Amino acid sequence: MMSHAAYVIASYAVAAVTVAALVAWVVGDGRARQRELRALEAAGIRRRSAEAPSGEGK
Amino acid sequence: MSENSLAIRKFSDLANPTRFLALADRILPWLAALAALFFAAGLWLSFTTEGDYQQGETVRIMYVHVPSAWLSMMCYTVMAISALGTLVWRHPLADVSAKSAAPIGASFTFLALVTGSFWGKPMWGTWWVWDARLTSVFVLFLMYLGLIALNRAMEDPARSARVSAVLILVGFVNIPIIKFSVEWWNTLHQPASVMRLDGPTIDPEFLRPLLVMAVAFTLLFFTLHIAAMRNEIWRRRVTSLRRQAARHAGRETLAP
Repeated sequence: MMSHAAYVIASYAVAAVTVAALVAWVVGDGRARQRELRALEAAGIRRRSAEAPSGEGK
Repeated sequence: MSENSLAIRKFSDLANPTRFLALADRILPWLAALAALFFAAGLWLSFTTEGDYQQGETVRIMYVHVPSAWLSMMCYTVMAISALGTLVWRHPLADVSAKSAAPIGASFTFLALVTGSFWGKPMWGTWWVWDARLTSVFVLFLMYLGLIALNRAMEDPARSARVSAVLILVGFVNIPIIKFSVEWWNTLHQPASVMRLDGPTIDPEFLRPLLVMAVAFTLLFFTLHIAAMRNEIWRRRVTSLRRQAARHAGRETLAP
């Protein structure tokens, strides 16, 4: 039988790990996508809308 | 495109992903800082306020459990509104919103289930019971996983958008079932004590940390959601740019 404090600590630990993983995923995903966009830009590939200001390229 | 035309004046201006990205860049740091601030205050209150005379220290689990459970339902509601946006208004960002919310919703539902278990073991004497509230939240968790799997299974967002929007709306029936399960059926889970027509029935000593943590979790959700939406827009741009590059390369080899 665990003490009550152990259950409280376990709950906050699970919450901290889950939130940290979620934040790491969102930040990491964003960085990876930005890297890809920069690589494409460096290769001279630009969105059509960046040249012609009307409308969003699909 | 002049800087002026990127300003968001009305809701429909958000439909332009470039405008959305500009807005996201501006508000994300503030939203994240505000969330951190509320978390600092909430955590401090969570551990400095008194324990309950019956629950003892385990009442502190509630300060994580209840906000997670609220968010699990709010996130699905955000997805349902986004699904309407996809089907009714064909809002270009609606699908981006629904798709990027699903993993966040799944995480908070998982948290609600796990912290509930950690409270249930010392207080009820069991990790889990198949009562209406616990079962319906478990079904919500499975629905989130199903929607994530569906989004991953279909490569083309244009095709998966409508399918997942219909599925999200069908699944929305579960949200009122979760909310009212504790009233409709005889559950081991206690009935609502905060969101009641006659006002909260819990002591301010517990209500204060609970509400601060609820605000903190909500701010965290919107920070993550906006950031994940921005990632999804970037992801779609990378895909379309690569397709464009491939088309271009094909044309060059065909016409020497």
